[in-house]
Amino acid sequence: MSSQWGPDAVMDRVRIDAAGMHYTPLNRAIRSAVEEGAREIEIYHVMGQRFIADGLKGDVTLIIHGVPGGDLGMFMSGPTAIVHGNCDHAPGNTMDSGLIVIHGSAGDAVAHSMRGGKVFVRDSIGYRGGIHMKQYRDKCPILVVGGSFRAFLGEYMAGGLILALGPPTNSPIRERGIGSGIHGGRIIIRGDVDDEYLGVGATKSPLSRGEKEEISPLIQEFASCFRIDPDVLLEDSYVQIRPSSSRPFASKYTWE
Amino acid sequence: MTIGSVPVKFRISVDHDQCMLCGRCVENCPYDVFRLENGKIHVNSRKCVACHRCIAMCPRDAINIRERPVDYRSHPVWTTEVREAIYNQARTGKIILAGMGNAKPYPVIFDSLVLDACQVTNPSIDPLREPMELRTYLGKKPSRLETREHDGDVEVLTTLSPNLQLETPIMIGHMSYGAISLNAQASIARAVFETGTFMGTGEGGLHQSLYPYQDHMIVQVASGRFGVDINYLERGAAIEIKIGQGAKPGIGGHLPGEKVCEDVSCTRMIPVGSDAISPAPHHDIYSIEDLKQLVRSLKEATEWKKPVFVKIAAVHNSAAIAAGIARSAADAVVIDGFRGGTGAAPRVFRDHVGIPVEAAIASVDAKLRSQGIRNEVSLIASGGIRESADVAKVIALGADAVYIGTAALVAMGCRVCGTCYRGLCPWGIATQRPDLVARLDPEIASRNVANLIHAWTLELSELMGAAGINSIESLRGNRDRLRGYLLDESIMKVLDVKPVGA
Repeated sequence: MSSQWGPDAVMDRVRIDAAGMHYTPLNRAIRSAVEEGAREIEIYHVMGQRFIADGLKGDVTLIIHGVPGGDLGMFMSGPTAIVHGNCDHAPGNTMDSGLIVIHGSAGDAVAHSMRGGKVFVRDSIGYRGGIHMKQYRDKCPILVVGGSFRAFLGEYMAGGLILALGPPTNSPIRERGIGSGIHGGRIIIRGDVDDEYLGVGATKSPLSRGEKEEISPLIQEFASCFRIDPDVLLEDSYVQIRPSSSRPFASKYTWE
Repeated sequence: MTIGSVPVKFRISVDHDQCMLCGRCVENCPYDVFRLENGKIHVNSRKCVACHRCIAMCPRDAINIRERPVDYRSHPVWTTEVREAIYNQARTGKIILAGMGNAKPYPVIFDSLVLDACQVTNPSIDPLREPMELRTYLGKKPSRLETREHDGDVEVLTTLSPNLQLETPIMIGHMSYGAISLNAQASIARAVFETGTFMGTGEGGLHQSLYPYQDHMIVQVASGRFGVDINYLERGAAIEIKIGQGAKPGIGGHLPGEKVCEDVSCTRMIPVGSDAISPAPHHDIYSIEDLKQLVRSLKEATEWKKPVFVKIAAVHNSAAIAAGIARSAADAVVIDGFRGGTGAAPRVFRDHVGIPVEAAIASVDAKLRSQGIRNEVSLIASGGIRESADVAKVIALGADAVYIGTAALVAMGCRVCGTCYRGLCPWGIATQRPDLVARLDPEIASRNVANLIHAWTLELSELMGAAGINSIESLRGNRDRLRGYLLDESIMKVLDVKPVGA
C-alpha cells in the first residue's frame, strides 16, 4: 500500500499499529504525527483504547480501524475521525469542532456536552444521546443518527441539532424522556413521536417544508458519507422537538 | 389578606439633623430604599437587605439600620425564620432561594478547638528572626524515590507528578465569572498573583482579560461544562473537577438568564440571556470508575502536565469517597464543608445538607493514612474558613491547604447580606450590572485581598512559631497541637484530638 506513495505523501500519511498499545503512547504518536505535518493518520487494530484524539487540534483526518474505547475525540478541536467499527460511550464528549463519522453503532452519552462540529453515527446509539449539547454564536453542534436511539435523547439540551433518521416503520426505539429538560436547540425525528415519549419541558411540532429544506443538505451529507440513498430520507416527514421554555427553572424559586 | 404583611426585616432611620441631603444613599442603593423628595430623604425599609452600602457612603453617619425591629411572640421552636419561611411558601408554593453559607446556628467545631504553644521545655520560634516554611506543594508525592548516584551527584529516577507550588497554604476558591463580576475576579487574580498562590475560575470559563494570570488559575470542569474547551484546559495551572459544593451538596446550579450578559455568555460559551444549567451529576460519571475516566481524560488532553483536583461536598461518607478519588489518578481532593458560601442555593440545602469541614477533613485524612495512600493526594479544606486560626486548625486536622471564598469577598467590601441571588450587589461583587460592577476598583480591591492573605500568613507563622513549629509540614495532621474544649467524646474521637487538660 505504501509503495504507491511518493516521499512527500509519506510525510503527510502515517500508519499506526495500535495492537497492544496503551492510549497514552497512542495519543502521543498521533500528536507527534500531527506536529510533523501528517494530514491523514490511519490507525489499525484499535481495541478499546479510550480517549483517542483527546484534546487534539489541527487539520488532520484519523482513519480508525477497530473499536475505540470511551471518549473518542473528547475536547477535540478541528480534526476528522472516521471509525470503521463501533464506538464505546461518549464519542464527541465536549468536542469543540471537527467531525466524527462512525461506520457502526455507539454507546451511551454520544456527543455529551458537545459545543461544535458534527458526529455522524451510521447505526444506533445508546441512552442519553446528545445530552447537554450547547451552541454559541457560529458554533452549532450536530448529531445525526442513522438508526435507533435509547431513552433520554437530547436530555438537558441547551443548543445544537440532533437528527434521528431511523426508519419509522422499522421501530427506531421510541423511548421515554426525549428532550427531558431541554432549554435550547432542537431534535428532529423522522416519522412521528407519541407525546407520551416526550420529556419534561419538551414540545413537539411538525417540521415545515421550509425547515426540512434547511436540513436537506445535512441529510445529503450524511447519506453520502455512508453511501446510502438520500431520496427516501428526503421524502419522509419529520417532527421537531423544541423546548417549551428557555428558562425551565425560572419559576421554581422564591426569594428568602 | 389571609396572611397579611409580615414585619420588616430591617428598619432604616435617617437622622435628619445630620443629613445634608447629598443623595449618596439614593445613588448607592440598588434596591431603591431611598428617595429624595421635598427636601427630605424618605425611606422604604421593606426593600432593605442590610448590605450597608448606604451606611458606608453616608458622609454624616446619618443612617441607622435595626434588624428585626418588630418582635414576634418569642418561641424556641417556632422561630421567626421558620414562621416567615412558611408564610413565604404558603404564598408562593416554591422552593426558597437563599444566598451565602449555612445560616443555622449549629455549633462551630473550630471554636471548640484550641491551639498549643510552647512553654519552658520546648522553646518557641520567633518568625521575625527565624525562617518559617509556609511553602506548600499540592499534588501526588511518590511513596519512595529511586535515585542513582554518580560523581557525587544524585539523580532522581522516579517520575514525579506535577505539583502546584504555593507560597502560603491559603488559596481562593472557585467563584465563577457570572456568580461574581469580572472586576471581582480580576481583583482576586491580581491578589493571588502577588501573593504566590492560586484561585479557582469556577464553572464560568476564563475571561480573556485574565489570561495574564492563568499560571495562578485552577480551571474548573463541572457538570455543565461551561466555557470548557482545550484552550481553557491548557491555560490553567491545574484542573478541578467539581462534583459537589458544600453549600448545596447533591444538586446542580442554575445561573439565571438575567446574569448571562454579553461577556458572561462569551466566557461560558452560551447564548445571552439563557439559563446556564449545571445538572446535579456529570453525565459521564456514575461511579468512581467513571470519575477515574474523567480525571484521565483531562490528563490525557493536557498531556499529563497538570494536576487534576476533584472537589466534593463534605457529606456523611466523605472518607470512603475520598479514598476512591485518591485511587482515580486525581492529585488533590477538595473537601467543601457545609458552611461553604454560594451565590444562590435552596435554603433547605444550604442549611441542612452536609457536614462541617473540620470533621470531614479529619476523617478523610485518617482514612487515607489507614489505607497508606495519603501521599497519593493533597487535601484542600474549604467552606467556612473565617480567620487564620481556622487555617491552622484545619491543617492540624490533616489538610494541606485551604480555599477561602466568603472571606475574600468580605475583604472586597461584602457585608454578608446574603442577597447575591438578586444580582444587584451594591459592592460590585455578585452582580453583572455595569454601573454596579464599576464600583469595584480592581486596583484597590486586589490590594485588600492580598493584604488579607498576607496578614493571615503572618498570623499563621506566628501561631506556628509559638508552637515551636517552623514548617507547615510539621503542623499538617499534627493533632497533638489541638485540644477539644467542651467537645463531646464522640466528636473528639472523629477528630482524633484530646480534651483540654489531657
